[in-house]
Amino acid sequence: MDLSNLHPLLLALLVLGGLALLFGAILGFAAVRYKIEGNPIIDQVDNLLPQTQCGQCGHPGCRPYAEGIANGEEINKCPPGGQETINAIADLLGVDAPELDAEHGAESDIPQVAYIREDECIGCTKCIQACPMDAILGSAKHMHTVIVDECTGCDLCVEPCPVDCIEMRDVEITLTNWKWQLPSPLDGVNQQTIIASDRSPNVEGDAA
Amino acid sequence: MSQLIYPLRGGVHPPENKQQSLQTKLQHSAIPAELILPLSQHIGAPAEAIVNIGDKVLRGQMIAEPNGPFSAAVHASSSGEVIAIEPRPIPHSSGLWGDCIVIRCDGEDRWVPRTETENPYALETDELLNRVRQSGIAGMGGAGFPTAVKLRPPATSPIDTLIINGTECEPYITADDVLMQQRSDDIIRGCALLAHMLGEPDNILIGVEDNKPEAIAALEHSLAHLDASEVPGIDHIKVVSFPTKYPSGGEKQLIQILTGKEVPSGGLPAHIGIVLQNVGTTVAIWEAIRYGKPLTERITTVVGESLKQQGNTLVRIGTPSAFVLKQFGFDEDRCARLIAGGPMMGFSLPDINAPLVKTSNCLLAPSHQEMPDPEPAQACIRCGHCAEACPASLLPQQLYWYAQAKDHDRLQAHNLMDCIECGACAYVCPSSIPLVQYYRASKGEIRQAAIDKEKSDRSRQRFEFRQKRIEAAEAEKEAKRLARKKAAEAAKAKAAAKPAPGSAPADPVAAAMARVQAQQDDPAEQLAKLERAFNNASNRAKSAEEKWQQAETDEQKAKLEARFKQAQVRMKDAETKLAEFKQSQNSSSLAVDSDDPIERAKAKAQQRLSMSPLEKARNTLNSLQERLKKAQQKAAEADEDKKGAMNAAVDKLTQKISDLKQEITDLQATAPGPGNESPVDPDSIEDPIERAKAKAMQRLSMSPTEKLQSSLKSLESRLNKSEEKLASADADQRPALETAVAKLQEKIATVKQEIREAEPSDNSPAASASEPQVVAAVEDAASAAIAKAKEKAAAQASMSPEEKRQAQVESLKQRIDKAQQRLDNAMAENNDNIDAFKLGLEKLQNKLAELEAE
Repeated sequence: MDLSNLHPLLLALLVLGGLALLFGAILGFAAVRYKIEGNPIIDQVDNLLPQTQCGQCGHPGCRPYAEGIANGEEINKCPPGGQETINAIADLLGVDAPELDAEHGAESDIPQVAYIREDECIGCTKCIQACPMDAILGSAKHMHTVIVDECTGCDLCVEPCPVDCIEMRDVEITLTNWKWQLPSPLDGVNQQTIIASDRSPNVEGDAA
Repeated sequence: MSQLIYPLRGGVHPPENKQQSLQTKLQHSAIPAELILPLSQHIGAPAEAIVNIGDKVLRGQMIAEPNGPFSAAVHASSSGEVIAIEPRPIPHSSGLWGDCIVIRCDGEDRWVPRTETENPYALETDELLNRVRQSGIAGMGGAGFPTAVKLRPPATSPIDTLIINGTECEPYITADDVLMQQRSDDIIRGCALLAHMLGEPDNILIGVEDNKPEAIAALEHSLAHLDASEVPGIDHIKVVSFPTKYPSGGEKQLIQILTGKEVPSGGLPAHIGIVLQNVGTTVAIWEAIRYGKPLTERITTVVGESLKQQGNTLVRIGTPSAFVLKQFGFDEDRCARLIAGGPMMGFSLPDINAPLVKTSNCLLAPSHQEMPDPEPAQACIRCGHCAEACPASLLPQQLYWYAQAKDHDRLQAHNLMDCIECGACAYVCPSSIPLVQYYRASKGEIRQAAIDKEKSDRSRQRFEFRQKRIEAAEAEKEAKRLARKKAAEAAKAKAAAKPAPGSAPADPVAAAMARVQAQQDDPAEQLAKLERAFNNASNRAKSAEEKWQQAETDEQKAKLEARFKQAQVRMKDAETKLAEFKQSQNSSSLAVDSDDPIERAKAKAQQRLSMSPLEKARNTLNSLQERLKKAQQKAAEADEDKKGAMNAAVDKLTQKISDLKQEITDLQATAPGPGNESPVDPDSIEDPIERAKAKAMQRLSMSPTEKLQSSLKSLESRLNKSEEKLASADADQRPALETAVAKLQEKIATVKQEIREAEPSDNSPAASASEPQVVAAVEDAASAAIAKAKEKAAAQASMSPEEKRQAQVESLKQRIDKAQQRLDNAMAENNDNIDAFKLGLEKLQNKLAELEAE
């Protein structure tokens, strides 16, 4: 049958229908061939979370919270991550960054790590079981100690200790981890209320 | 000077203030009483101390070795004794203390033995590099980069240009200027040596700003008069002067000025084939290799209006700042603040006792007029001066905003990390915004964020690994549990399949037998189970009691009390069950005493009901053997006069055993397999009674005669039984049974004979007189019990199951009453058996409860 003899309308329908089928097949193939396992958003959010696994958000770990966020949960429930993490997640999800929800805890400026007063430790291994990081070393009836480099400061080990020998300590500032602090912001009260001629000569600034 | 100059983009022209320190000649600073040598005077890992407190050290002796490749050694700057290795104030912007080796100088200033090298140019590159490393040389321009690392560029980037930095662009500082004027020959020699180490690059340039004409002249003079034979490759060396501008002396800036090339962002000069060294470093290398002198001193500019005298001084590394300042007439009251380094890039010295280190090119002690406090910062007016001044072509204004917003992504996108912190932007800022401080803080935060990110990734890994491990452990546990469950089910099925189809499950005796058998399958397990049950019950009772006592409202209390009572009942239940089980375990062993032998014997007999005749015979054999042993023991222990009787009894038992053995073989012959016979023989209802009788007789018998009599009785009863059996037996079983009857009759005859023999041999007349009476009494009691039991058995046989149970309940009640009485009596007499009685009573009560429940 000569196609040119067909009615132009029918011909157009045939061509368009054929194209639709072709693209449908390509799309269908691509959907199967390049299928992404799991929700990529969960991974991305999980990447931004601080991985302390502290459970302050109400989830049993960072990944469950990432899943929660992917399912529409609030993004301001992570005190260890603080405002920076909230901003980063807001940036990722394209939403306005809310303030940290105080209900879940306060953001601390100085990172903390668990410290076991080893004299008092009775070797009960309760803290070892509680530590999500495997950052506590020891065995039954032997003194335990914290691997400081691996401790995320989640403080989950403090509560189970039957003799209360674990405390959270600020990470000590040494020459290797010291860093400059940002100058106090310009719009602070002090900066607004003084003029150049009546400020104290002791105010320090940059060498320049 | 034909060298092409590529003018620096950006930059500023702060007041130079270099004349103050050039008025006087170079001084030689005295050796202080104490030298403080920080272990970290360079970028990279701190050195590791290799001396101990109390060690005597000489000048130039290594006291701390490099810790890893990216580190530098530390040497004693003078001879003396190590008096401390401890944290001391160090010149660091943080104001933190760092580990230092403190040497008390002896004033003799003796050198360690040194090896001088006449012609260092003849040495191999590796040897030269090693010596540089061993000499603890780190970049003396201010950064403190370990020189040995810099001189070993990656093999992929051949070096075509060597630049010696004599720029010294920062105001006030003239240390390099003085060095170039005084040591120009050594700079040229060192420069040639560096070229030799780097594989003779084509271009060797010494860059000097045009504000140091004397230094340039000195270098030119050295170049002209030094001989090529003494300094190979001197012809390639060129001194280049260029217009003064801050910060021409920055590494990347100087490279750009002299070569027009730009060091890629995040890269090293070596990546574009360039190595750059400071003039001070060059001299230090020459000294170290030519004369074997490690880095122990440097020239430092000491300047500022709060000093009576300003100038340059050759100072031992480790000299406390206060010591040097004192030599220059330091007036603390006039000093605005003490600065280590120049006014643009230096930092406030946190402590006047902090020592001068390898990177200390200047000690600035300005007066208040000279360096007034910075103006308070105003708002940014977006004038854009900072962008014009930036020598790194960054956008300081944008960086400032992003730094305030802590927007690390945008900061990095705007190349914050390429900022050299020269301070040009802050210098030109009309609003006096401390821009550099923002950048430094942001850089620190970005680095920290990178470290945190790395740590959080590691944490995630650890956490996930832990989760996996726990899951695996749980799965293993679950699998084990399932396997156990399966095994238990299989065992149960096996146990259920065991009872022969012929047995009547309706028969309560048979059911009880099955229970007993099941229990005996694994007594240990059973015991453990019961103990567990008891422990659980008692725990529950305890917690219930606690709760009850803690309860507040009456309503709650009542509820909890009820619960507690219930728990208690349960606990008692478990306890009695446990005790019962333990007793039943004990009763299976023959040696155990019991306060109710007939009861025990009966139970045993009931147990035997389920056994085939063959098994029965075997059991009897066992018990007989046991008895034989006992009798033998007794015979051995007995008096001379009783021995005869004892021996007779032993003989008799032996005989019996052999008879029984015969019987067993007979039975085995007639019964091809065990279990062929129905476990419950209607006739065997008599058997328990007989056995009970025998047991009772055994328990009660005190003398061999009695024993013999009891055996006689038992034999007689067995004869009766056998005869009955014979009457009801099938034709094919008859011959075997007939022989058994005949044998029993024979045995009875022998036993009777024995009794007759035993009685006269008893030599005590009183005993022999009373014995028959005792025997008779015992026999009466035994036969009464037997009669009772017989009656009961008969009654039971004729009763329906309900009636049977009723009867059992009745009898149990009676027994409980009796037991109660016994217990009361025992308590009244304070008998030893109270506990046993109590236990028995409890057991009975329990049984009753069980029966009633049924």
